[in-house]
Amino acid sequence: MSRLAKIGDWFEQRLKIDAVVRQTMSHPVPRRSASWFYVFGSAALTVFLLQIFTGIMLALIYVPSAGEAWNSLQFLNHGVPLGWFLRAVHGWGSNFMVAIVLIHMVQVILFGAYKFPRELTWIVGIFLLLMTLGMAFTGQVLRFDQDAYWGLGIGASICGRVPMIGSWVVHLLLGGPIIAGDTLSRFFAFHVFVIPGLLIALVGLHLLLVLKLGINEWPMPGRLVRRSTYIQQYEDTVHKDGMPFVPAAIWKDMIFASIVIASVLACAAFFGPFGPTGQPDPTIVQTVPKPDFFFQWLYALLALLPPAVETPALLIGPVVILGFLILLPFFAGEGEKSWKRRPIAVITIALTAVALGTLTHLASYTPWSPVMGAWSGDPVPVQYLIGRSPLERQGAAIFQGKQCRNCHSIGGSGGLRGPTLDSVAVRKTHAQLVRQVLQGGGNMPAYGKNLNPAEVAALVSFLDTLHPANQPAARDAAATPQRDAEHVTENK
Amino acid sequence: MTEQNTSRRQFFFKLGIFLNGLAALVLATPVVGYLLAPIIRGHGGNYRKWIDLGELDEFPEGQTRLAKYKNPISNRWDGETDDIPCWVRRLQGESFQVFAVNCAHLGCPVRWFPQSGLFMCPCHGGVYYRDGKRASGPPPRALFEYAYKVENGHLMIEGGQLPTLSTTAGLQKRSTGCQG
Repeated sequence: MSRLAKIGDWFEQRLKIDAVVRQTMSHPVPRRSASWFYVFGSAALTVFLLQIFTGIMLALIYVPSAGEAWNSLQFLNHGVPLGWFLRAVHGWGSNFMVAIVLIHMVQVILFGAYKFPRELTWIVGIFLLLMTLGMAFTGQVLRFDQDAYWGLGIGASICGRVPMIGSWVVHLLLGGPIIAGDTLSRFFAFHVFVIPGLLIALVGLHLLLVLKLGINEWPMPGRLVRRSTYIQQYEDTVHKDGMPFVPAAIWKDMIFASIVIASVLACAAFFGPFGPTGQPDPTIVQTVPKPDFFFQWLYALLALLPPAVETPALLIGPVVILGFLILLPFFAGEGEKSWKRRPIAVITIALTAVALGTLTHLASYTPWSPVMGAWSGDPVPVQYLIGRSPLERQGAAIFQGKQCRNCHSIGGSGGLRGPTLDSVAVRKTHAQLVRQVLQGGGNMPAYGKNLNPAEVAALVSFLDTLHPANQPAARDAAATPQRDAEHVTENK
Repeated sequence: MTEQNTSRRQFFFKLGIFLNGLAALVLATPVVGYLLAPIIRGHGGNYRKWIDLGELDEFPEGQTRLAKYKNPISNRWDGETDDIPCWVRRLQGESFQVFAVNCAHLGCPVRWFPQSGLFMCPCHGGVYYRDGKRASGPPPRALFEYAYKVENGHLMIEGGQLPTLSTTAGLQKRSTGCQG
């Protein structure tokens, strides 16, 4: 007997673990489930382990103090050899983890894996998703920069919309009256102790359930799940047509996990760490806060929801979605598993993906936000000034000076909050433009108090010129013909 | 093993559970108080203090300027986060409006544009007029305003907490602006 085997024996005599390990490794999986579609759960677990490891590495340097956190991140980026790389791996690992957990969830829905008897596995999985998102948000807060500061402001403002106890919720979230040292300390505690602890416990439970109930078999159209017969059928399948998990199935998990880790490392090396952006000084109001990628759909949604439904949507929406997901295996726990015969599941996932994708895309160029520097940074296109009268050119200067450009683009630059004005004269008559400028409306502020009559005349005369050469300006059909003719010649 | 013995053991087992429960309760009380401290500390207006924004001369009449102050409720380790900005609009004489920079929609910092007389928010497109009333976008109300007073030639405001729709206690309530 070799020395190594003797040492092994010594431990086995005391631990008595050998049988359990062998049993776990060789637990049978249905032959077709040893598939490339079944690798996402283990990939999520692998990235989670990577996050734990890099997180501990970062905690060796990071200072969880509002006064020093930002500086310690700068030190990590620039002062510690390869500190930037560990930050980058942790940041990209976070994105990959959210992405893989979502893909895993989609696969589970499409393959009907949440159905009887795996309801509890599914519910634990929902909480694992919530905690993954919780880690992503709290991690963004620990990167204590301007985005983190104002992101906390948004979180607090959402809490402030809770009726009756809103102020309590805000103060509990912030750990005091305002975003400050206590806020960062409690988010540190959540990111480093509370949520990871729960994650580890729930991942353990999730895995235990997978082992106890067996991995989902490959869904076949027409093979229905019945509570009375399923377990016996599954047992038959694994015994007749099963393979031991190690090594028949695990090699695909291992190869995919290593590809994922390699991708995280490549992204980290290529794109580098996330931020930190500007220091968390609230007096720097010249900032455009933006959440991390996986919260940008929410950022867009908050800009686009009508004000009247915003509070109910924010407070009730998550409860409804969560309730739906938790109850899903109870009202759809039997029947077809194959996505080929479950059009509602497929459509729901497709619509959700399109909605989230569209919102995320919108958040990449935020058409609802004024472009703060457009009025001073983007010149009026030259062709809009050539051959114009002094009054019209004066109007162009007012158009810039009064920040109209921040919300209205011309010549392809400027804000997208309001309509593009390159051909506004085609849409609105002279009188309508005057009214719109003075009274606003349709989500435009009224400028009546901020422009004198001479400025209004100049501005509108400039707007009157904004129409394509081959398209005449809009005219008031009710106006007298002479006046109208005058007006057209004016614009020539 | 006699019947009597069993019931005695069961009694002590239950006593053990009871004593541990009692200990847990004794421990839980201070823990709950500790966890709720951010709420308890704020009771009775403790999150509201009068703050000196400086001499009146620093705020020219008819202008809106960014003022900064140290948050009155702060710790040494707050770093830059206890420097709080606000927009001070001096109408004339001792008549002021002091706005929180936090947008009434979701708290992002609004910027003042004197040329167009508007506050604009960089996050979701909220816009307010010079008097703080909502001009456009998603905000459900006007900008939050601090209560102010003038003492010994100094402008004082009452602040201390992050203004949100339900933590406006330290800030003057204003009716929602004209919604056009």
